[in-house]
Amino acid sequence: MAVAQDNAIPEGRSSSPFWTVARRDSLGGFLFIAPQLIGITIFVLIPLGLVFWYSLHEWNVLANTFTYTGTQNYQMLIEDPNLPQVLGSTAIFSAGLVVLNLSLALLLAVLLNQRLAGITVFRTLFFSPVVVSLVAWTIVWGFLLQKNGGINGMLQLFGIEGPNWLRGETTAMISVIVVQVFKNVGLNMILFLAALQGVPNELYEAARIDGAPRFKQFRRITLPLISPTILLTSIITIAGSLQVFAQIAVLTQGGPGLSTTVLVYYLYQQAFQFHFFGYGSTLSILLFLIVAVLTFAQWQLRKRIVFYES
Amino acid sequence: MKAEISPRMKVILYGLMCVLLIPFVFPTWWMVTSSVKPISDIFAFPPQLLPQSYDWTTYSKVFELQPFVKQYWNSAYIAAIVTIGTMIVSSMAGYAFARIKFPFANTIFMIVLLGLLIPSEVTIVPLFQMFLKAGMVNTHWPLVLVPIFGAPSVFATFVMRQFFVTLPVELEEAARVDGLGRFKIFRKIALPLARPALASVAIFTFLHSWNLYLEPIVFLSSADKFTLPQALTQYTDAYGGPMWNIQLAAATLTALPVLIVFIIAQKQFVEGLAHTGLKG
Repeated sequence: MAVAQDNAIPEGRSSSPFWTVARRDSLGGFLFIAPQLIGITIFVLIPLGLVFWYSLHEWNVLANTFTYTGTQNYQMLIEDPNLPQVLGSTAIFSAGLVVLNLSLALLLAVLLNQRLAGITVFRTLFFSPVVVSLVAWTIVWGFLLQKNGGINGMLQLFGIEGPNWLRGETTAMISVIVVQVFKNVGLNMILFLAALQGVPNELYEAARIDGAPRFKQFRRITLPLISPTILLTSIITIAGSLQVFAQIAVLTQGGPGLSTTVLVYYLYQQAFQFHFFGYGSTLSILLFLIVAVLTFAQWQLRKRIVFYES
Repeated sequence: MKAEISPRMKVILYGLMCVLLIPFVFPTWWMVTSSVKPISDIFAFPPQLLPQSYDWTTYSKVFELQPFVKQYWNSAYIAAIVTIGTMIVSSMAGYAFARIKFPFANTIFMIVLLGLLIPSEVTIVPLFQMFLKAGMVNTHWPLVLVPIFGAPSVFATFVMRQFFVTLPVELEEAARVDGLGRFKIFRKIALPLARPALASVAIFTFLHSWNLYLEPIVFLSSADKFTLPQALTQYTDAYGGPMWNIQLAAATLTALPVLIVFIIAQKQFVEGLAHTGLKG
């Protein structure tokens, strides 16, 4: 980015010596980023500071008291009998979601990468849930998953007695994962498809001449070449899985018991249903740390796992 | 992989894709068809893939029980403002980070990227308190301001920056020699070239705003302020159980317009998303 410096071309008003090209550019740069930078400061950085500050206080909304209690909320966090189960649900949900989402996305992308007539129609249909309103999608699935709903109706046609999906601990967790996967797998599918189309054809031809079977071609050529995309999609998907809220609120309200109470939902309940704003803030800090650690860990892994051409 | 596919293989591939399609397509089909069935038929066995008889009164109930038109308008205008606002903020910031030399540019970029690590869920408690102090709770301001300027727009800025980095710098140099200022170069040259990136920013920003759920239920409390996702779940009977047929009718009205726009413009949609800085 070589910026022309002190060029002799007269630039109208800029003829005064103070406003050199570089200075005007600096000012311009700051003006361009100002809305974003001010926005981040007000809506992200200050709230992040505040959430930490709140987490050190006991906040009684009814009595309108706000007292400094140091690490008491963190003590409470460690001793919270619900927390192990909430973290367990969060881990199962995120892990299940990421594994299922990425493998299904890759499978669909490989299928859509075949030279078949009408493939665009399939691509459109697989992608379509992404544009369906999230809560509308969740409501329909909630309807389908009722004891006497569409899914059990279909199963009954084959003589299978389906469970009450949203009322059993395991089936409720499976349900919320599956509903979320079908909703958003299209996004990752498209990213994988773009990556697959970027793999040079000659590599496959060479491998075929060498007699490498298809599966080996996939493992030795395709996977390494699309590994940057796998990394990117897994970072986005994991971070996204920790923010899933609407599906849980609509489908299970975190139940039965705590079986689908993921951290975000627990945070919402503590802060906005029980008005424990101090403890809710402590849970926010925990959520932030988990997102940060996971993202950082994946970024580190990139050096070992991801294959770069250069 | 690109070798000719044998007819037998073709049958297998088509069959596999058709089976896989069921969970993607059937829910939407079931939503639309169930919404016009009489209430006695929606849990009928065997399941009716096509309605046996029609009951359109469900749709009029959607509008009777809640100010649904108002709620539709709320969602639509909020999503429109957020989309346009995000496009402006993120394209300017993305351009500056890609092109303009200014002090601390890298440090500031890192600070902005922090927004990716701090989802709005983390900061929802202080955001609520801030908007409460500003008298903006139960208004649409939080749903407009936070997405445009806060964490959600950071991803858009990142996409725009990745795109502007790839534009050849010579075009701008030429304009500069012609005496164009920074802002004019950005608006007349860089921005028109960035249309594909802007399109994908517009798409995912719109969808994000349209789907927002946690923020509306935290910030809004009166029915005429509600957005659609929140409104859909409010069609409940006296015991709090969902009135399924009405929820499904309202869900159909919410989902179908966007779905139709998508099917008409699916090429731009899908390829727009695939061919921007997202490729890693």
